Amino acid sequence: MSNGTFEPRLVGFLCNWCSYTGADLAGTARMIYAPNIRIIRVMCSGRVDPQFVLKAFREGADGVLISGCHPGDCHYKEGNYKALRRHRLLSKMLEQFGIEKERFRLEWVSASEGTKFQQVCNEFTEQIRKLGPLNLHQNGGRHEQGQA
Amino acid sequence: MVNLTIDGKRIQVEESATILQAAKKAEAKIPTLCYHPVVEPYAACRVCMVEVSLKGKADLVTSCNTKVQEGMDVQTNSERALRARRLNVEMLLARAPAAEPLRQIAKELGIKKTRFAVKDPEEKCILCGLCVRACEQIVGASAISFIERGTERKVSTPFGEPSEACIGCTACAYFCPTGAITCEDKYGRKVIHEEMYLGPTTAIRVPSRQAVPMVPFIDKEACIHFKTGECKICAKVCDREAVNYEMDDTLQELEVGSIILASGFKPFDARRIPAYGYGRFPNIITAMEFERLVNASGPTGGKVLMANGEEPKAVGIIHCVGSRDENYNAYCSRVCCMYSLKFAHLLGEKTKATIYDFYVDMRCFGKGYEEFYHRLLKEGTKFIRGRVSEINDLALTEKEEGKLIIRVEDTLIGTVRRIPVDMAILAVGLEPSVDHNQLAKKFNISCSQDTFFLERHPKLAPVSSFTDGIFLAGTCQGPKDIPDTVAQAGAAVSEALALADAGKVELEPITAEIDDELCSGCQICVGLCPFTSITYDKDKGISVINDALCKGCGTCVAACPSGASQQKHFRDAQIFAEIEGILLV
Repeated sequence: MSNGTFEPRLVGFLCNWCSYTGADLAGTARMIYAPNIRIIRVMCSGRVDPQFVLKAFREGADGVLISGCHPGDCHYKEGNYKALRRHRLLSKMLEQFGIEKERFRLEWVSASEGTKFQQVCNEFTEQIRKLGPLNLHQNGGRHEQGQA
Repeated sequence: MVNLTIDGKRIQVEESATILQAAKKAEAKIPTLCYHPVVEPYAACRVCMVEVSLKGKADLVTSCNTKVQEGMDVQTNSERALRARRLNVEMLLARAPAAEPLRQIAKELGIKKTRFAVKDPEEKCILCGLCVRACEQIVGASAISFIERGTERKVSTPFGEPSEACIGCTACAYFCPTGAITCEDKYGRKVIHEEMYLGPTTAIRVPSRQAVPMVPFIDKEACIHFKTGECKICAKVCDREAVNYEMDDTLQELEVGSIILASGFKPFDARRIPAYGYGRFPNIITAMEFERLVNASGPTGGKVLMANGEEPKAVGIIHCVGSRDENYNAYCSRVCCMYSLKFAHLLGEKTKATIYDFYVDMRCFGKGYEEFYHRLLKEGTKFIRGRVSEINDLALTEKEEGKLIIRVEDTLIGTVRRIPVDMAILAVGLEPSVDHNQLAKKFNISCSQDTFFLERHPKLAPVSSFTDGIFLAGTCQGPKDIPDTVAQAGAAVSEALALADAGKVELEPITAEIDDELCSGCQICVGLCPFTSITYDKDKGISVINDALCKGCGTCVAACPSGASQQKHFRDAQIFAEIEGILLV
């Protein structure tokens, strides 16, 4: 945290073929974007289990991003459609937990869209900064931050 | 076979031959006007008359339609034959004094003028009937015929009305020996640099004289046979019987192990930049059109000519058309600087024109390229550094009248200049081919920001795509010149061969596996797999993954309610650990 301003802690699940490569492109092109996102690589956005999203929030993430190939372009043909379905259902469930739907985001970033990834990260960071920390454990819960 | 004598020469011909055909074999010249080898002879003009003696009798016959007989003695220029010929020609001259081939024959026969009254000194039609015969026998349309009798006889459509049977093939004009029938575009349109071949074309043609393969094709839209079912002249004259009208596209299914995509490029459409005036002024042409113009097999035989047929006195070459431009394509098309220099050099060789080259940067990156640029500098081309803003014909001074004015900021001297030229060549850039997007979808190839196919790694895998077994070569992967394309093609082929040669395939180890202890046989995963690698084993009551088919996407893993399906190296436990670790700070 710097100067007392809230720095969101964001987790991003990026598919290997499009989004991860797109993010890599943003990096090799030295594009400057908010450092708040922590990236976990999966082979396909369809690999993202709703449990991962829940675990991320439980471990203290303020926002979770899933990013995959554009519809029709999935390296494994349809994995991104499954990610889309899971995202829609899970958002509804999260809202019932009191987690705002803006905190769980789905984006399509292709291998050549380094600028788009930069924009998404910056936007997401600012959005969550305005929303404020999630503070999931303020009202109890088994897991405190930092403990197993 | 039949034996006969022509002008004292003994020859042997087939039974069905006419005297005219026999004379050709005997190399005896007989003039004709209404004869054409591809239509039935009509003997209308009577100019081919010869004297034939057979069994003691001598007769005047028309050689074009008289069959040979055994023992004939033909005199092509006997006194009687010549007299008949001269009279016929004089009569024809009275009818059609303006017919050029007729005048030619008259000259050869020594006829200065006709003794008969001339009705119309401009008349060209000699009533040979070639147009009628062509329309009936070759085209199969029968749209025109002879009407009236005697001195009123002429060729026309029924009742002189525009005929519905006429298909507009212009065969009548083609066959007319005197030019009495002409055809013209109803709207008076001029063909300007159209489709890269100028000049008359036929329905069966070789695309250009440097085409590969060097074989003619039939343009179905223009071919008479495909309109009327007749003609078929090309099949008739082909000795090797190589013309096949039934030939059609066939669909072939091939099983292959690897694919190389080499779908090429298309030139940038210069019409997208209205300020450059392409399409509005006939002397503003693209680089591709200029290549065709200077080609020896092209429409002008390689001469650099403007639309009006004159040589230009000043030519401008404009770089970066559609390239390095955020309004069109941001990338550099790599080849245009060098081909523009080539054009400047060719213009210097072929014309005495002043050559202006408007460049932004001079990209001479290859072997001998920079040296070539230096040669151009010495040859006197005027290089102006600046991106051309517009080209139009709005003359401000008398010197600019009738010229194309190129407006450009000369950045090296810091002023805006107006350069009058006669011809402007637009160095258009490269874009992916027309079917590029369809191919990308079909083969699931990602594209980079410049819209060309994306290579697996720009340095370490420039010819591979992200899909194993599909390789990229040439300009579909990015603009490049011929040496680079050839190198890339060689690389792609060797990669493909290495794949085939190995005898075994390396599979990714990140496949999914199902723990048969945990699997309940719910079969949720079976339908989800896009590669149908999961099957349900009825006896065991569990689902099983085929390791060879599994591509490792992990969709079944995410969907499995019991965690029985796990992806190697991307297990749930591993990812949970990653999440915990990543949020420790």
